[in-house]
Amino acid sequence: MQWETVIGLEIHAQLATQSKIFSGASVAYGAEPNTQACAVDLGLPGTLPVLNEQAVRFAVKFGLAIDAHIAPYSVFARKNYFYPDLPKGYQISQFDLPIVGLGEIDIIVDGDTRTIGVTRAHLEEDAGKSLHEDYHGMTGVDLNRAGTPLLEIVSEPDMRSAAEAVAYVKTLHSLVQYLEICDGNMQEGSFRCDVNVSVRPKGQEEFGTRAEIKNLNSFRFIEKAIAHEVERQIDLIESGQKVVQETRLYDANKDETRSMRSKEEANDYRYFPDPDLLPVEISAELLAEMRAELPELPAAKKSRFQQQYQLSEYDAAVLTVQRGLADYYEQAVASAGGEAKLVANWLMGELSAALNKSSCDISQSPVSAERLGGLVSRIADQTISGKIAKQVFELMWSSDDSADDIIEREGLKQISDSGELEKMIDQLMAQNVAQVEQFRAGKTKMMGFFVGQLMKQTQGKANPQELNKLLLAKLNA
Amino acid sequence: MTMYNKSLKQLSTSLQNKDISSVELSQYFLERIKQYDGELNSVITLNEEAALQAAAQADKAIQAGDAGPLTGIPLLHKDIFCTEGLRTSCGSKMLDNFIAPYNATAVDKLSQAGTIMLGKTNMDEFAMGSSNETSFYGAVKNPWGLQTVPGGSSGGSAAAIAARLAPLASGTDTGGSIRQPAAFCGITGIKPTYGSVSRYGMIAFASSLDQAGAMAKSAEDAAYMLQAMSGFDEKDSTSVNRPVADLVSGLADSIKGLTIGLPKEFFSAELDDAVRSKVDEAIDAIKSAGAQVKEISLPNINLSVPAYYVVAPAECSANLSRFDGVRFGHRCDSPKDLEDLYTRSRGEGFGEEVKRRIMMGAYVLSTGYYDAYYKKAQQVRRLIQQDFVNAFKEVDIIASATAPSTAFTVGDRTDDPVSMYLSDIFTIGVNLAGLPGMSVPCGFVNEMPVGLQLIGNYYDESRLLNVAHQYQQLTDWHTRVPTGFEQE
Amino acid sequence: MSIQTEDVLKIAHLARLGLEQDRLAGYASDLSNIMGMVEQMNQTDTTGIEPMAHPLDQVQRLRSDRVTETDQRQVLQQNAPNTEDGLFLVPRVID
Repeated sequence: MQWETVIGLEIHAQLATQSKIFSGASVAYGAEPNTQACAVDLGLPGTLPVLNEQAVRFAVKFGLAIDAHIAPYSVFARKNYFYPDLPKGYQISQFDLPIVGLGEIDIIVDGDTRTIGVTRAHLEEDAGKSLHEDYHGMTGVDLNRAGTPLLEIVSEPDMRSAAEAVAYVKTLHSLVQYLEICDGNMQEGSFRCDVNVSVRPKGQEEFGTRAEIKNLNSFRFIEKAIAHEVERQIDLIESGQKVVQETRLYDANKDETRSMRSKEEANDYRYFPDPDLLPVEISAELLAEMRAELPELPAAKKSRFQQQYQLSEYDAAVLTVQRGLADYYEQAVASAGGEAKLVANWLMGELSAALNKSSCDISQSPVSAERLGGLVSRIADQTISGKIAKQVFELMWSSDDSADDIIEREGLKQISDSGELEKMIDQLMAQNVAQVEQFRAGKTKMMGFFVGQLMKQTQGKANPQELNKLLLAKLNA
Repeated sequence: MTMYNKSLKQLSTSLQNKDISSVELSQYFLERIKQYDGELNSVITLNEEAALQAAAQADKAIQAGDAGPLTGIPLLHKDIFCTEGLRTSCGSKMLDNFIAPYNATAVDKLSQAGTIMLGKTNMDEFAMGSSNETSFYGAVKNPWGLQTVPGGSSGGSAAAIAARLAPLASGTDTGGSIRQPAAFCGITGIKPTYGSVSRYGMIAFASSLDQAGAMAKSAEDAAYMLQAMSGFDEKDSTSVNRPVADLVSGLADSIKGLTIGLPKEFFSAELDDAVRSKVDEAIDAIKSAGAQVKEISLPNINLSVPAYYVVAPAECSANLSRFDGVRFGHRCDSPKDLEDLYTRSRGEGFGEEVKRRIMMGAYVLSTGYYDAYYKKAQQVRRLIQQDFVNAFKEVDIIASATAPSTAFTVGDRTDDPVSMYLSDIFTIGVNLAGLPGMSVPCGFVNEMPVGLQLIGNYYDESRLLNVAHQYQQLTDWHTRVPTGFEQE
Repeated sequence: MSIQTEDVLKIAHLARLGLEQDRLAGYASDLSNIMGMVEQMNQTDTTGIEPMAHPLDQVQRLRSDRVTETDQRQVLQQNAPNTEDGLFLVPRVID
């Protein structure tokens, strides 16, 4: 039997606000337990929520970026359930009337573009954290995270493979950072994924029973968890068993998913409009303002890069994944006075390797775009060779000096002066008559010997093209 | 005149003239509470020491010539308002040990106006009740007849004012909880338009219905108090951002030419005949002051109790989920697991009526019932509101009895929730619509007080108070003191 | 609508309310009576009527995104029945 996988995703993006969605407590990560949980976040009696304007603006921005319907009126609802990390016994979320309605986003898998539907995106408050270290056999509850603004982005069940799911998540991950509405930090939980997976015989229209895999915090885990879950479901069905609708947790250590017992019980969330909050109105003015604030989005930037800089689709895609990287690239090209392809190579090669090695983000790069552009322009005008440039780059990484200063100070300037080079060639040929004769007798690979000797003499600074040209002329004379 | 029966204005004048200090006045009422509250049970927690300190401060302000009309005036707060450092129980075992780390905005505003909090008044548990019999601290007795209930849920405040244990008391009204006890205890109480008084720090029962208000001997006193506690609060999303209306300067205006609407549905079979005749007399008095009367209809008002008993429990079921024994409030002994912690803490901490309403709420919101009950009730709510909107196109004020009968006997309705709920049939519609309403004393039946309910259009509290005050110029029901409480 | 003791148990569980066994029948009959009263609503046709969630015909006011609260943990945990190292303690939670 041929099986088809059906995947839908729910992504929780933590909005990059200063304060919580319904209170004035800070959302900064990593504070001492419960020091950022104010009376409202703790759900103390008589406290009331007041909505953070920035969270609304961010949600609208996201909606515009995926070409979605922005609800002129949206409503907050209470989702009722008991859990120690949920102080009020209900989560303030949106149900019937979410702020962002149906939208769509393009993803690229193996060079093909697919459009994935986004059912909705709604605002809600995050829960706190339960710490399972042993406190005399009890669990500790930290409510610092409670009330952190989240945008829950729900996709249509449009994806048919783990690769598509990962591409979708990466595309959204890139988008929210472009919009500067989420820092995208998956380690700290700023961008979390729940994946709904089901399988069905190929050609069948009806969906299979789905399982939800919770809290996948890396692209790799998403891919592995889906692959594993698909296999599990197919095995179940093929052995005559049934897939049950349930929530499962991916265990990265064992590379398997397991059922979450605590969530097994069928929940009846009893949603109803939160009477502490009034309908949120999105005015035409706000829409226009947010539209004007929209940056160039990844897809548009990518095709512009292909056109403007004559980059391959692959290069353009890599360079536009992150807005910071794309901005860096454009600045470096400007500083280099063109040389778009050479700058791209340097960015994706030396620079990204160096950043990786010191686990830096592009925004933390010790070598600024201007300085990198300066370096590339010296390669382009043949002041230095590509090989010497790597040496210069290393020195730039550990100092604030410009490429020019380093080339000057270290005497790395390329020897292109033909007079000087000719003199050296003549000398070398005089000292190695036997080798010259061998060359002239047809052993052309002796060329390498001469180039090597000359490079050694000049410590690699001889302009290789010029050197080759002159050497050939003399040897063939 | 006896001190306890002086109007707010008279007390204020005495304070300004240094005939009496705020400390003395506070001590005077604290003494009355100690003397009389034993059998009434209207006060849960006294605030003696802090009150006398605040009174001394008020005296300094008066000395400095820096006093307003409420400076140095003692009052009581319903125990639903959070008071920093002083227990806020909400009448529940659940919060028997709860000391709020903040003040309710209404409490702050009143203390900024210079009032002195003498203590916290008894109430139905979490404001759920119409007789003040559901309190963890025991039933409150009606000073007009100790075998009868004071009404609820602000029964402690109403009984305390009636017995003259304080000049002013705060209350909250979700379905009649200021007006009905005001009527049963023969005092004046006003619930303003929804959103006038901040709900911050007021423990929520049903958020879209709850509204704080003032309880006092007279409309004039209530006007001063309500004005001081009203106003926009950025901490409450449902607080109305508009300037506080001047509720006092229009009190003396003539009511000549005003049209008073009498909803025929409120003068029906449910209304006790003797009560009706007192209300008729009151309306005649208002007519004699130059107002006209017009019969009107509120065709859907008979559905207000059914709709309310869906909306209010639904909201309360979620509002009371935060009482889970984790961060504050009652926690059961040695819970064996999480489920046990929740069910036992809540099972032990809440009384029967609260449990009933939480279950009602969970039921009407649960899968499969939402549309049939919750959505239906919201639609009925709209119809009821429209009835009022239409009525106010024709009339300025609506008048009726506040409650269908006078105060009933303690224990009479505790076994029959529905009959208890029906004691609010005339008041609940006002909450569903969010309108201002008040109750003023209009006579006695068998020596028990009768209340006249006046309902105003949105934000029209000043006219409401004007009519009530003019009526009180013609009558002295509001000055009557129950037997046994007259001694100075 | 008649509510049985099983219904009471189900709702009580949803609301995490511990009830005494001998009160179940009483709650069932109380709730049935209340629901009977509530069902008077069905006398009225409400087709097409916009549900009214709130008496205020206004829209949500927004708060500017500023941090206004500072650490109040010590004060805010004074009412907490069981805390340690700044954490609220509850019986072991199993995921």
